Amino acid sequence: MIQGIPITHILVVSVIMFFTGVMGFIIRQNLIAILLSIELMLNAVVMNFLVFNRYLFPHHLQGHFFGLFVIGVAAAEAALAIALILNVYRRFKHIDPDKLNEMKY
Amino acid sequence: MSLSAIIFYILAATIIIFSILTVTSRRILRAAIYLLFVLVATAGIYFMLNYQFMAAIQLTLYSGGIVVLIIFSIMLTSEVGDKFERPALWKLLAGVSTFIIGTGLTLWVLLSHVFKVSDQQAIDVNMRSIGNSLLSLHKGGFVLPFEVISILLLAVMVAAIIIAKKEEDNTKSDEI
Repeated sequence: MIQGIPITHILVVSVIMFFTGVMGFIIRQNLIAILLSIELMLNAVVMNFLVFNRYLFPHHLQGHFFGLFVIGVAAAEAALAIALILNVYRRFKHIDPDKLNEMKY
Repeated sequence: MSLSAIIFYILAATIIIFSILTVTSRRILRAAIYLLFVLVATAGIYFMLNYQFMAAIQLTLYSGGIVVLIIFSIMLTSEVGDKFERPALWKLLAGVSTFIIGTGLTLWVLLSHVFKVSDQQAIDVNMRSIGNSLLSLHKGGFVLPFEVISILLLAVMVAAIIIAKKEEDNTKSDEI
């Protein structure tokens, strides 16, 4: 653990980071900006896993490995999302999620 | 205040300021660079927690891989000088109130809960123990999630290529 830092201080940082991501997810009007917000949220989650692992269960490694797997899933999600965004851009010439209503009925 | 505490608070301030800038900046390229700062500062916190392997993964995969991928796609989909128009008022209100209510509620629960910080000896996280646990079938092993995630990565790689590749001309002719 970090000398002289209580666990709550680190958790406060990750809570603020997570809810900033949620806020960005709501207010943004561009698919790539929404993707950035999702990355923020996932990053906060990974940080929580590692902090709980280090402070509360330092003799285990579960949090460490789940952080690792979350990073893997985040990489997969980013690659797939960017492929979809490029496809949408090629078809509609914009990536504004409010105007993408072709499949609504 | 010790040196590590000072470094931690600098990193924490960096994370908070730049994550707010990431979602409020009206230039998309700047937002991506601010996200890069957030990810690097997070890697610094992992270093301080003594998880060197995770910090290296964070630096190479997140800030090296994902941010570069995002910047590429920004370059492909928008002009560099583009600015977003301001978000609609109801969206802004919804986002900010979600932020305030969510943060307030979570912090209230968080700060009223007493965490029992363990005083057990921390085990050393080196490459040998990480590799052993990732491929171990016994207690404390993670071979199943490891295999699942490798299949996921393979599937995503195939899917990304299929989705992003150009369509054939005969399918394209009947559009519009």
